[in-house]
Amino acid sequence: MTLLLSHLSRHFTDAAALDDVSLAIAPGEFLALLGSSGSGKTTLLRILAGLDYPQSGSVTRGGHDLLSMNARERKVGLVFQHYALFRHLTVTENIAFGLRVRPRHARPSRTEITDRVEKLLKRVQLEGYGGRYPAQLSGGQRQRVALARALAVEPDLLLLDEPFGALDAQVRIALRRWLRNLHEELGLTTVFVTHDQEEALELADRVAVMNRGRIEQVGSPEAIYQQPATPFVCEFIGKVNKFELQREQDRMICGALDFGADLWAKRYDRAVAYIRPEHLALATDTGWKARLRHIYLAGSVAHLELALDTSEQLIEVDVASEDLLRLGLQQGAELYVQARTATVFPLANDTGEAKSEDRRVLRPHQQPY
Amino acid sequence: MRTTAHVSRPVSWQRRALHVLLILAVVCFMSVFLLLPLAVVFVEGLRGGIAAFIDTIGQREALASMRLTLLVAAIAVPLNLIFGVAAAWAMTRFQFRGKALLGAFIDLPFSVSPVISGLLYVLLFGAQGWFGPWLEQHGVRIIFAVPSLVLVTIFITLPFVARELIPLMQAQGSEEEEAARVLGATGWQMFFRVTLPNIRWALMYGVLLCNARAMGEFGAVSVVSGHIRGLTTTMPLEIEMLYNGYNEYDHIGAFAVASLLALLALLTLAVKTLLEWRYSDQIAPHTPGGH
Repeated sequence: MTLLLSHLSRHFTDAAALDDVSLAIAPGEFLALLGSSGSGKTTLLRILAGLDYPQSGSVTRGGHDLLSMNARERKVGLVFQHYALFRHLTVTENIAFGLRVRPRHARPSRTEITDRVEKLLKRVQLEGYGGRYPAQLSGGQRQRVALARALAVEPDLLLLDEPFGALDAQVRIALRRWLRNLHEELGLTTVFVTHDQEEALELADRVAVMNRGRIEQVGSPEAIYQQPATPFVCEFIGKVNKFELQREQDRMICGALDFGADLWAKRYDRAVAYIRPEHLALATDTGWKARLRHIYLAGSVAHLELALDTSEQLIEVDVASEDLLRLGLQQGAELYVQARTATVFPLANDTGEAKSEDRRVLRPHQQPY
Repeated sequence: MRTTAHVSRPVSWQRRALHVLLILAVVCFMSVFLLLPLAVVFVEGLRGGIAAFIDTIGQREALASMRLTLLVAAIAVPLNLIFGVAAAWAMTRFQFRGKALLGAFIDLPFSVSPVISGLLYVLLFGAQGWFGPWLEQHGVRIIFAVPSLVLVTIFITLPFVARELIPLMQAQGSEEEEAARVLGATGWQMFFRVTLPNIRWALMYGVLLCNARAMGEFGAVSVVSGHIRGLTTTMPLEIEMLYNGYNEYDHIGAFAVASLLALLALLTLAVKTLLEWRYSDQIAPHTPGGH
């Protein structure tokens, strides 16, 4: 059953948390809501869980209005960022909670509940921990208890709020893989909120990038990274070099740098271009002249900081560490940089607003390699 | 002492002297200002011997004052328990206009002198008060009767439960309650299965403090009571009347009732300590974790 969010808006007294958000979530999908704090992603999750309500808009599942249902009817499982385990209950009692609070006619028998809890404990690899209290568990264990508790009510939709936010880096990566596997086993529609782009890109089938209450772009991780739809997505995802362009007759230029032909039939005078560090290549004879300012070696990749000769602008170029060695580059060396692809957004002449719908990819240096 | 024995570095005699001095100071202070007066109450109460003691507290007026004190506490404490939980809930779970004002009003009985609290009720319900004449016409008597004692006691002890709960509920946040809701719990299930277990110790302290004050309140109660012995005198009033000799000066009687009241306070303290000791394992480890 497809989950359909249409034109959701939620305003708090001081700001809009959600501003006309529409989104379709396919059954069995693993969707990430990615954004910085205050982007509205948690508000969206809370609306799906029934802990908050929009001022306008609708949420339907298979044609049924979700907003008019109470939590029990929604069949939604939610894992809180800090897990929100019941501190006065044991692990077993925590997991069984959702079953025990059901009205008598819908409540499974005592033995059934015990069975289900046992199965869930096995599923989250916490057999033998049933008698412990949350305070006696590590962060990763608590998170798995929270997950088992959410799964116990057999939800149709699983919601995770910053599921790895409170964990150590190592535990986080292990749990990430484990969660991905679990999702593949259960095939449960899952929505998770994160501010960590790496997490979103690695884990999700689709990523919705949110900014100031709006969804900037929804797409596969590849699409988000390779074809960012808005300037915000360009700047938010990964690292990027930004150039401010001007139209000179039928060319787009940044100072003395030529970015290629004007593709908008002289409709725009200015534009902004984004080039990822790995889309810049070093060359010895042609391209943009630059001087090497710093080398930051990070294992297999070297991040080079260069100053462009013409504009004094600092740019970052990623090269393989091997290539760097081969070239024998030193700080202060003079070299040339070639841009393979640049994502360009023209700016409206009157307002200066970026026209995302007129986005184009330019190739300043047609380079075979 | 045990810890100092394990320290390899010799502890200078000045430091040790300071330890001893500080401990002595505390013990002396406690003895003079707490234990001694408490002991005096019992000694004076029992001065005439056990028989006189039993005889005194067995008198009609003394027994009536005990019944009245227990009755007033039995009404005021449960009402303030409910009010305290509701107020703490409102203060920590909702955002609304005038929240700061509500917080200030909850503290009002702490900051207003009890005598004034009593006077306020006289002004409201007394014969010349706002509602007094109307109530009089309908045959309802509040001031100089038991209802006024209950009312002022509720007023005086109103902050205890709420003040105990608000900081705790603020610290605990509402995530567990939200988790219960999402898991399908009804409002009552959420309250009885999640909220109440999390606040039960603070709630118990609040109730005990509230009870101690309800039984011991003198000032406000004195203003509204009318001092009709056997009818509107609670234990503190009875003690004062016996001691100051409104009817006849009765030194032993005053201290006999006082020692009973002190005994009730000690009992409260004992219950609290017993519960703390018995459930120490539950009070300690349930600190919020995972942050």
